[in-house]
Amino acid sequence: MAALTDPMLPRPFRIEKVTHETADTFTFELSQQQADGDGRFDFACGQFNMLYTFGTGEIPVSISGDPAKPQRLVHTIRAVGSVTRAMKKLKKGDTLGVRGPFGSAWPVQQAEGNDVIIIAGGIGLAPLRPAICSILQNREKYGHVALLYGARTPQDILFEKELREWRGRFDMQVMITVDHAVGTWKGNIGVVPDLIKRVKIDPDNTIAMVCGPEIMMRFCVIELHNRGMEHDTIFVSMERNMKCGIGLCGHCQYGPEFICKDGPVFPFSKIRTLFDIYEL
Amino acid sequence: MENLKSVIGEHPFMQGLDEHTLDTLVGCASNVRYNAGDYLARMGQPAEHFFIIRHGHVSLEINAGPRGIIGVHTVEAGDVLGWSWLIEPYKWHFDARAVELTRVIALNGECLRKKCEQDHDLGYALMKRVAQLMEQRLTATRMQLLDMYGTHV
Ligand SMILES: Cc1cc2nc3c(=O)[nH]c(=O)nc-3n(C[C@H](O)[C@H](O)[C@H](O)COP(=O)(O)OP(=O)(O)OC[C@H]3O[C@@H](n4cnc5c(N)ncnc54)[C@H](O)[C@@H]3O)c2cc1C
Ligand code: FES
Repeated sequence: MAALTDPMLPRPFRIEKVTHETADTFTFELSQQQADGDGRFDFACGQFNMLYTFGTGEIPVSISGDPAKPQRLVHTIRAVGSVTRAMKKLKKGDTLGVRGPFGSAWPVQQAEGNDVIIIAGGIGLAPLRPAICSILQNREKYGHVALLYGARTPQDILFEKELREWRGRFDMQVMITVDHAVGTWKGNIGVVPDLIKRVKIDPDNTIAMVCGPEIMMRFCVIELHNRGMEHDTIFVSMERNMKCGIGLCGHCQYGPEFICKDGPVFPFSKIRTLFDIYEL
Repeated sequence: MENLKSVIGEHPFMQGLDEHTLDTLVGCASNVRYNAGDYLARMGQPAEHFFIIRHGHVSLEINAGPRGIIGVHTVEAGDVLGWSWLIEPYKWHFDARAVELTRVIALNGECLRKKCEQDHDLGYALMKRVAQLMEQRLTATRMQLLDMYGTHV
């Protein structure tokens, strides 16, 4: 199990399945090669692993799987640079090094008894997926649940099958928007913060979880705040370059906070200076 | 007419307008429906109306030549559409196409402009609301231009 092993030592995992989500984004399902127990990979929703590809390097990637299915470790990755592009070339049967799980979690327990508004942009849906699965498995513990998701174009929408399932439920509000669309798209076009005005928010009884590009999160926080939500009820997931992932090297340090150890999930009240929003 | 007045009065865009102002607006208003595929506005054509969307879904599109028709924004029930009726030369800058059956209250632009000229309080009230709408659209457009989900951080 993770806690017993050296956190700096990658453990080999075998790629069991590769799903191509979009042109540049793919999902790996991994299993432990040297399982020293029952092969479970337990984690908290929102945590990340350091993934290592031999010969290219190591990067932080959030866990995107369902926490109720710990036999398979799931990561959804967008190919943007040298390491992620090298990962995109990997196939079923190949090996990845994994260190983790690291970092803080989405406040899924804290949110019990409250309404929940989940706001994702682009690849930001992947780190939120475990929280969505967990909330839906315990649906009776929450009030109104809304998912607002924004992507660049209809072709960039992640987890399309699951989004359809979630939208088909009667106990969850799902709204999807794209920045631009060409062709037959019949859905919403516009930016994700604009969707917030279409959700009923009871500010004293709502927890928001927001993940996406920083600029998107910034505008979402402004909108949620305008709707009466306090900064300590709005949680965001931060991305910074990382090396050790465990609070040793200082690479991801911002002021007193280490994004890897104290984050990546923070209540906005704790890291608002990072966002550089003076007017809030 | 009473029905039109209550629909206009309850719309978020019109919130805070007094009875007299609402009566004035009703004089310019009509109920219109558009089937899926119908156009509410065409780029370059006179902007004769301002629309309050009651039901349905409208896509704002720009014909980008070889790149095809690009959808840049959608409006739906609870939204309003168009400010070109207020700004010279009163021409649409985009196409607006009903994506599904859409019911609107169409306010005649010329009629509204006349009433705004006669009653500057009404003109100011509408101008403030339109300015807010413009600010929201400008912010959204800037975010779209930033290409937030592109491969840069
Ligand atoms: C806690 C945490 C969780 C993360 N979770 C995920 C995840 O679930 N899925 C995922 O795909 N990524 C995730 N990331 C981002 C991922 O770590 C980076 O995309 C990766 O490090 C890029 O490495 P690279 O060598 O491929 O690109 P680099 O060679 O380092 O960068 C190449 C180019 O890509 C751009 N770039 C780098 N990172 C990003 C980014 N995040 N978004 C857009 N452009 C970028 C750079 O500006 C540069 O132009 C997470 C990061 C953190 C800190
Ligand atoms: S990555 Fe080393 S301290 Fe955070």
